[in-house]
Amino acid sequence: MTKHQNNKICVVIGASHAGVNFAFALRREGWEGEIILYDADPILPYHRPPLSKAYLTSDDGIEKNLLKSAESYEKEGITLKLGVKVSSINRRKKHIVLNDGTEQSYDKLVLATGARPIMPPIPGLMSSNKIFPLRTAADVANIRTCLAESENKRVVVIGGGYIGLETAASLIKLGASVTVLEREERILARVTAPEMSAFFQNLHAENGVDIFTQKNVIAIETNNEEKLVKCDDGVSYTANIIIVGVGIHVNTEMAASAGLTIENGIKVDETAKTVDDDIYAIGDCTFHYNPHYDRFVRLESVQNAVDQAKVAAFAICGNETRYDTIPWFWSDQFDVKLQMVGLSQGYDQVILRKEADNEKCFSVWYFKVDHLLAVDAVNNAKAYVYGTKFIKSGDKIDKAKLEDPEVEFNPINLLAE
Amino acid sequence: MAKITFITSDNESITIEGNSGSVMALAVENGIKGIDGDCGGVCSCATCHVHVRPEDMEKTGAASEIETDMLELDDNANEFSRLCCQLEIGDHLDGVVLKVAK
Repeated sequence: MTKHQNNKICVVIGASHAGVNFAFALRREGWEGEIILYDADPILPYHRPPLSKAYLTSDDGIEKNLLKSAESYEKEGITLKLGVKVSSINRRKKHIVLNDGTEQSYDKLVLATGARPIMPPIPGLMSSNKIFPLRTAADVANIRTCLAESENKRVVVIGGGYIGLETAASLIKLGASVTVLEREERILARVTAPEMSAFFQNLHAENGVDIFTQKNVIAIETNNEEKLVKCDDGVSYTANIIIVGVGIHVNTEMAASAGLTIENGIKVDETAKTVDDDIYAIGDCTFHYNPHYDRFVRLESVQNAVDQAKVAAFAICGNETRYDTIPWFWSDQFDVKLQMVGLSQGYDQVILRKEADNEKCFSVWYFKVDHLLAVDAVNNAKAYVYGTKFIKSGDKIDKAKLEDPEVEFNPINLLAE
Repeated sequence: MAKITFITSDNESITIEGNSGSVMALAVENGIKGIDGDCGGVCSCATCHVHVRPEDMEKTGAASEIETDMLELDDNANEFSRLCCQLEIGDHLDGVVLKVAK
């Protein structure tokens, strides 16, 4: 970067995976001016994925889980303003306004505002205590404390998505008795094929989690230490603690008020830039174009946060760049490692690949005609890696060989002739 | 306690003392360039790839099956490759030299 940028200020709203990785990437790319990160969360930025997994079951403090050490920010000259809420953006004057009315000017502004858990308008949900979402370290601290103090440790998890299921698995390890209530016909309905839903339903059953589907929660009643979670089919479930994992709201309000384009998130181009040349948006809050799938998507993932952060940092420093990563995700539940690559939406065929020697090791391949869209790999990093390579190369796969556990699993064997 | 040396892609050599946790966490804490640890240390992202100095392979051991599989994503992987989130710090690692893969 040239010296004339010395006095420039880059302001980042949101200091989680996207915002923090952006700040460090921006410095690495040569930005010499100030970098100021704001976040309402008062804690030094931390890894979120472990919150529902290993972190929940450990006794660790959040300091074992930090994205970067306090010294790293200092060393790179990145200013962290934690526990500070930003209330608005003034694009004309190029400044943001904090909750206390203070203004902070910017030359470049990056929105990494993420998302917040949906707390559905179920009667009794907001008015009751011991009901938690799981998105922040504070949520986990509350859940841990509450569980430790609870005699019966009965937990109802509302929502059978990844957060709900990971949390259920962790709570079982902590000695809780756990019931998961899912509104759809199967768990993980929005994100995986029925084969995967069935596998995880069994896995949880084997480990003592009660999962009930087609359960629409209509009310929560609290009587002393016990809560009653009432469903519209007339059945009720008793709980001491309730976890809500029914999805997220994207934090787009501030961007919308500032007149930026909002669709299913803050709309950005392939360099993570919004309609304003000086404002970028990265991470969970963005609605962005993915060239591999030729459509705009919104993703809730670390991969997207980190990769968009790098793209924005490149672009702001004047380097040519384009976001073109194949999305990937992971989930850990009990002893099962699930790795996912690609976006399965729009698939018309699923191929289940089992491995001859291990029934807990398999993969689900999502195709649209002959085109591989995505792979879900269960305890099978090979399938994840091969899937990534095939999606990247676009090479045709011989589906009959893929499906045949007797055909040795490697990319060359799977190639269509 | 173990002294671990990282050699970055700029050929900078940085030696850090660690007591516990993973080598990846130690590297991230100390801002070692090229060790990102995006997944937080669960062998899911392959962004903590290092080449172990050949004579130190005895101390670190070879990559596990899942590491080997994940390393297939990286063209620079070889028999000295490890994902350092899978290296637990202990006395046995004292003196190892790890070259950050690019």
